Amino acid sequence: MAPEGYVVNWTAVVLASVVGIVAMGLMLAASALLSPRRPSKTKGIAYESGILPTPLNWTQFNVRYYIFAILFLIFDVEAVFLFPWALVFADEGIPGYVFYAMMLFIAVLLLGVVYAWRKGVLRWR
Amino acid sequence: MRSKPVQLAIAGVLFVGVGVLVAVFTLALALLGEPDDNVTALTAGKLVIALFALLTLITTLGISLVWLERKQLGRMQGRVGPTRVGPFGLLQVVADGIKLLMKEDVSPSSSSKAIFYVAPLLVFVPSFVVWLTIPLSEDLVVRSLDLGVFFFIAVSVLSIVGLILAGWSSNSKYAILGGFRSAAQLVSYEIPLILGVLSVVMVADSMRFTDVVNAQATVPYIALLPLAFVVFFISGLAEVGRTPFDIYFAESEVVGGPFVEYSGAHWAIFFLAEYVNTFVVAALGALLFLGGWVWPFGDLGQVPSVAIFLGKTYFLAVVIFWVRATLPRLRIDQLMNVGWRLLIPLGFASVILIAVQRFYGWPTWTLTLMSLAALVVAAWVQMRMQRKDAVATAQRYAQRAVEVQPSRRRPGPESQQA
Repeated sequence: MAPEGYVVNWTAVVLASVVGIVAMGLMLAASALLSPRRPSKTKGIAYESGILPTPLNWTQFNVRYYIFAILFLIFDVEAVFLFPWALVFADEGIPGYVFYAMMLFIAVLLLGVVYAWRKGVLRWR
Repeated sequence: MRSKPVQLAIAGVLFVGVGVLVAVFTLALALLGEPDDNVTALTAGKLVIALFALLTLITTLGISLVWLERKQLGRMQGRVGPTRVGPFGLLQVVADGIKLLMKEDVSPSSSSKAIFYVAPLLVFVPSFVVWLTIPLSEDLVVRSLDLGVFFFIAVSVLSIVGLILAGWSSNSKYAILGGFRSAAQLVSYEIPLILGVLSVVMVADSMRFTDVVNAQATVPYIALLPLAFVVFFISGLAEVGRTPFDIYFAESEVVGGPFVEYSGAHWAIFFLAEYVNTFVVAALGALLFLGGWVWPFGDLGQVPSVAIFLGKTYFLAVVIFWVRATLPRLRIDQLMNVGWRLLIPLGFASVILIAVQRFYGWPTWTLTLMSLAALVVAAWVQMRMQRKDAVATAQRYAQRAVEVQPSRRRPGPESQQA
């Protein structure tokens, strides 16, 4: 059984994205009608400060980005756990270990940050 | 040259125009009423009307920030900003918009076309969808979601995908560099943003925006949680890429980053999304920390409360532009340092402080004390750390100078061979 207002709320969310896309589509259509369209070979060259670009730029990227992405993943998943906890931990009838367990969880994660820090991962070189 | 009264009159009409848009939005919401859970075509139609009214209002408010920013930056730099089009240059933005629509939409021939054209929508749509649940006043909200704050975080992150795709699909070196930079930056600053917002959620004990605001009827949360506000505001600036965090589209480094290959209407969408996002951050700051539409001197009617909310939002927007006029851009290593070594520990400190205060039932004013103490400690530690870094860098350069200098005067045997 879905909670009260579930269907109408999420219909609204879907409709909002549709409205956003349609409105921008109208703007793009207006632009397509108003704007000139004279493609040329030179216009199709990517901008690289006037130097002719090498053909393909979809190459390997720096591993630093990768490390930060992994760290982000850990903390983002943690945030998902934190939000429901934040609403209930101080309520009546919630046992005390709920609080201590989350403190332990945060401590473990912070230990991870400290480890990464000491390893020099957080330093952008 | 038009006369002064005429100009003032036109400006007044434009100012009233925003009020008219708010009124239209109110009417559309009144038409929508309180729909039950059986969604019919009629309800969906009413929702669409309300959403279009909201879109018009939000884009207008977002665009008004462009004028405000140009005027304010102009004044702060000893210029006057736009003056020509309309009274006080108010219509300059409209003229720019028309110009952008009439420009040719060029794309690089080597780009990945489908993704290239979808990416601007992926950036803009999330920045609009979050407004679905952000209230302008007690009743002026399309759907007041139970998980409003969580919904905001979940949806606003999606624009990162659009930026990365824009950078990747352009097949240009500047664009892909900017795309990677935006990924690293937005991903790093998402965590402190979440922690700052989470602090408010913990104190308010609700994720619904209206509850959070009503909980601030007597004391706005900026007084209780200065630490969370600082974390939220700095990471919010980084999330929307305002100076000093405009690293991923820095003109002097990656000439516009992911947007470098975009022109015409597609670029206009990015531009719009940027200002709507700025408005979102200012509005969120106003709602979560400055008390939204409430003020401590009793209940107000509908019209003053919207005005108070917009006033607080524009105040934060002015602060954002003020920061832009004041601070130089960070380097990317400094950016990562601030994010991971300062803001994330501070965000966790804020969450833990609040958790302890609520768990042991300490009085609320202890929050202010603990937050301020944490801020002072963090500032001191940060100063020490930066001084250490700066000294180390200076010593390294001094060492290198000593090593390089003699060999320049007397070339060694190796260099003679070469």
